[in-house]
Amino acid sequence: MSGKTQGLIGSRVPKIDAWEKVTGTARYGHDITLPGMLHARILRSAHPHARLLAIDTRAARRVPGVKVVLTGDGVTCANLGLMQDHPPLKSGKVRSIRDEIAAVAATSEEAAEEACRLIKVQYEPLPAVFDPLEAMKRGAPRIHDKVKGNLLSFNYRFSSGDVDSALSRSAHVVEGTYTTRFVTHACMEPCFALASWDPQGRLLLHSTTQIPYLLQGHMAKVLGIPGSAIRIKQPVIGGAFGSKLDTYPYEVITALLAREAGRPVRLLYSREEEFVCSPTRQPMIIKMATGCDADGKLTARRCEVILDNGAYTSWGITTPHIMLLGITSLYRVENVLLTAQSVYTNNPTSGAFRGYGNPQGTFANEQQMEALAHKAGIDPVEFRLLNCNQPHSVTPQKFRITTCALRECIETCRDSIDFKAPKEGLEGVGMASMFHVAGGGRVYKSDGCGVIAKLDDFARLTLMTGATEIGTGSDTAMAMIAAEELGLPVENVSVINNDTDVGPWDVGIHASRTTFIAGNATILAARDIKAQLAPHAAEKLGCTEEELEWFGGAIRVTGDHDRSIPIDKVVRSLHFREQGKMVVGKGFYDPPNEFQARDMTGNVSSTYAFATHACRVRVDPETGRITVLKFVAAHDVGRVINPLGLDGQIEGAIAQGLGMALTEQVRLDQGRMQNTSFLDYKLLMARDMPRDIELHYIETNDPEGPYGAKGVSEAGIIPIPAAIANAVADAIRVRIHDLPLTPERVLEAIKSKP
Amino acid sequence: MRVEITLTVNGDPYSVHVEPNRTLLDVLRDDLGLTGTNRGCNQGDCGACTVLVDGKAMNACLVLAPDADGAQITTIEGLATGGRLHPIQQAFIDEGAVQCGYCTPGMIMTAAALLAAHPDPTEEQIRNGIEGNLCRCTGYESIVRAVRAAGRKP
Ligand code: FES
Ligand code: FES
Repeated sequence: MSGKTQGLIGSRVPKIDAWEKVTGTARYGHDITLPGMLHARILRSAHPHARLLAIDTRAARRVPGVKVVLTGDGVTCANLGLMQDHPPLKSGKVRSIRDEIAAVAATSEEAAEEACRLIKVQYEPLPAVFDPLEAMKRGAPRIHDKVKGNLLSFNYRFSSGDVDSALSRSAHVVEGTYTTRFVTHACMEPCFALASWDPQGRLLLHSTTQIPYLLQGHMAKVLGIPGSAIRIKQPVIGGAFGSKLDTYPYEVITALLAREAGRPVRLLYSREEEFVCSPTRQPMIIKMATGCDADGKLTARRCEVILDNGAYTSWGITTPHIMLLGITSLYRVENVLLTAQSVYTNNPTSGAFRGYGNPQGTFANEQQMEALAHKAGIDPVEFRLLNCNQPHSVTPQKFRITTCALRECIETCRDSIDFKAPKEGLEGVGMASMFHVAGGGRVYKSDGCGVIAKLDDFARLTLMTGATEIGTGSDTAMAMIAAEELGLPVENVSVINNDTDVGPWDVGIHASRTTFIAGNATILAARDIKAQLAPHAAEKLGCTEEELEWFGGAIRVTGDHDRSIPIDKVVRSLHFREQGKMVVGKGFYDPPNEFQARDMTGNVSSTYAFATHACRVRVDPETGRITVLKFVAAHDVGRVINPLGLDGQIEGAIAQGLGMALTEQVRLDQGRMQNTSFLDYKLLMARDMPRDIELHYIETNDPEGPYGAKGVSEAGIIPIPAAIANAVADAIRVRIHDLPLTPERVLEAIKSKP
Repeated sequence: MRVEITLTVNGDPYSVHVEPNRTLLDVLRDDLGLTGTNRGCNQGDCGACTVLVDGKAMNACLVLAPDADGAQITTIEGLATGGRLHPIQQAFIDEGAVQCGYCTPGMIMTAAALLAAHPDPTEEQIRNGIEGNLCRCTGYESIVRAVRAAGRKP
C-alpha cells in the first residue's frame, strides 16, 4: 500500500473529488436526465401583492408537448416553512413578485415556456408594503390575513442586568443605527430539481439541498405521504452558502408535476430566475447603544433589531439566535438588552446565508467598539484587548467558552497591519473581530450526524453518511480523519453522502458544523472498526491490544514494527471462516450543546470560534472607490485539519465578505429585483481582490473538536463589512452606517463632512 | 429550419442537425452528451461555459452553433492527453483551486488558453486573463496560484 497514512491531520490533502471536477466528469443537476423526462417551468406573479381572480390555462394546455398544467386550486398540499405560511402554489392571493401561480411540464423547455406565456391571470392589485418600518405601522396593508401588524410571532428578547441605569452611569456612550441590504448567494449553479415516482408510489427527488433528511420530512408533510415513501438524492452541488437550507416551492412543484404526468420531471432555473427567486440575506435595521466606564471597560449594550422577513417565512427566521450571539458575547459586557423582531413585507423572502445574521450584527457591534474607543480616548486595539473574551468563561447568554484565542487573533492582526505606519492620501486602517458557533448550533432538536464505515476485504473503507458536501471539503476532512485513525491512505477511502436510502441522519450542512460533527462521528465509526479488529490482530501478533499501532495499511506492534499484519488480512480472516463476520463500524455524534430557552440563554454550541480581521484601504477622493491594499485574517480554528481546504474557506469568505461590504446589493423597486444578471449584480472578480492577503491560524486544540478542530466555514465572512467600514472611517473621518460602501455612498459621506 | 454543421470536438468528428438559434453550449451538452462544460448564466457573463474554439477561449453560450461549423473545439473532457492530466488540471487539484467545482471547467479552459499564449504569466496577467470567469467559492486566490504553478512547469 502506498501513500501517506499518518500525520495526515494538518497536511495539505487535495479534495477527494477534485479530479472529477477538473476533468468535467462530476455530475451536477443539469447533467442528469431520466428516460421520458419532461421539463418544467413556473409562472410567477406580475404583482407584489394582489388577489388572484381567475387563471385561464386553456391555451397553455393546447401547446404541443404540454403534458401537465398545475395551479394552486388544482392541487392539495400543505404549506411550507417554519410558520407554515408558504403555499407551494398560490391560490387566492400573491404576496411577492416571485410567487408561483402555475407550473407546466412539457416535452421541451421551450414548450413549457410557451405554455407559461399563454396562461392568463386576472389580478386585483392590492396596496403593498416594502419597508419593514412601514409594514409595522397601523393601517399598513396586511400581508397574511391572520397576522396583525405584519409582526411575526417569532421574536427575540434577551435581558441581563440593568441596561438603562448602566448606560446612564457610563462615562462614554455611543449610539447609532446601522442598516444592511438584501444580498443574494449567487451560487454559480442555478437551482435544480428532478422528481420521479415509481409504480409503488415512491418519490425519488434529486435535489441540491443542504438538508436531505429534513427535506424528506418536509416533502412527506406537504405531499401527505409517509416519509418512507421518499428518497432524496443529491447530485454534485454547485455552491450553496445557506441558500439550500429550506424546502422550496420549486421542489414540491416538480414532485407534483411528475406525479401528475406519471413521468420524471426536471426543473432548471435560468440565471434571471435564480436572482429573482432564490433566498437572500436578511436586511436589518440595527439600533445600538454601547457604553464604557472611564477606564474603557464595557458597561452596557442595548440593541434593537428589525428584520425584513419578506413575504414568507424560511428557516432563516431563526437568524437572530446566531446574530445576537456576537452582539452579547464577542466582548465582555454584563448589562445587555436585545430585541429582534421580524416583519412581513412584500419583498423577496429572506433566508439563511453564510454567517447567519452575524455579519450584519458584527457590522454594528464592531463599528461601535471603534467609535467608543475614540470617544474614550483609548487606542481601539487596546480597547478591544481590554474587553476581549477569555478562555473558560461564561457569557451572559450562558455560552460556555472553553478555548478562546481572541486576544491572540487581535494581537496578530495588530502586529501585521501596522496601525501606526504612515498613510498616503485617504488611507485608513481598520479592524473587526467575530464570535461564532464552531461546535454545531442547536437550532433543531437533533444536531447530530451518523456515519457507517465499511472496511472490505481489499482494505477499501467506505464512509456512508448524511453529511452533505457543498464544496467546502468536509468529505475530504472525513476521509482524512478516518484514514488517520485506521492507518490507511486517504486514497483508500470513499465517502458516499448523497442518498437518504444509504447514509444515516444528518441535520444538514449549516452553522459551520460539518467537519466538526461529521468528523467526530467519523472518529467514532473508525474506532468501532478498530475495536472489532483489535482482539484478532493482537492474537495473531501475540501482543496486547494496547500495544497495537495502525500504520501504512497494517496493524503492527508498537516498537517492534517487524511484527505486522496487513489490515485487510485481518478483515478477511474474520470474514472468510465459519460463522464469519463483516467489518462495519457505526458512529453517531450529537454534540453536547443546548437549545436556547425562551429567555435566549443556553449553550447553543459545544465550542466557539474567534477571529480578527484587519485591513488597510485607500479611498479615491474623486470617485469614492475603495481599494483594499492589504487584508489580514487571524482565526482561532482549534486545529488545522487540512490547510489546503482551510485557506480556501477563508479566502472564499474574504471575497464574499468584500462583496457584501463594497458592491453587492439586490436592488428592489416595488419588491421587484432590478439587477438580475451578473453584469448588474456585482460579484468580485479576480482582479478586484486585494493583492496582499495574509492568513494566520491559531491552534487552541479544542477538547470537543475532532483532533481539536473547530468549525470555520462561516467565520471568515463575519468581520469583513465591519473591518472595511472601520478602515474607511479612518480614511475619510466619517463613519458610514449603511451597507454596501458603494462609491456613491462614500462620496456622499466625504461631502457631508463639516 | 435545421441546418447541418460539422465540428471536430476533442479530436473527434461530429455532424449534427441543429436549429439555427441553438448555441454551441446546447450542442455540446444536449446533442454530444459532453456535459463537463457548465451553464452558469447563458448570457456570456460568468465564463462557466468556456471552451476553446480554434484555440481561442470563448463562452459557448454566446456562440451560435451554425457559426461554429467547421471549427476545432476543445472542451474540458478533451484537455487530458494519453491518460495524463493537463498541467493546469493537476495544478488546480494540488493548489486547492476547486471547491464546488461548477466554475472549474470554464476556469481551466480560460487558463489553458492563457498559458498557451503566455507560458509563464505574471500575477496581473492571470488576474486580468480570468476576468470573464466568476467563482463564488474560492476567492480566486488558489486559482491564481494554480495558474502560476502550472506556468512554471516546463
Ligand atoms: S454560461 Fe456562458 S458565460 Fe455564463
Ligand atoms: S469553485 Fe464554486 S464557483 Fe468556483
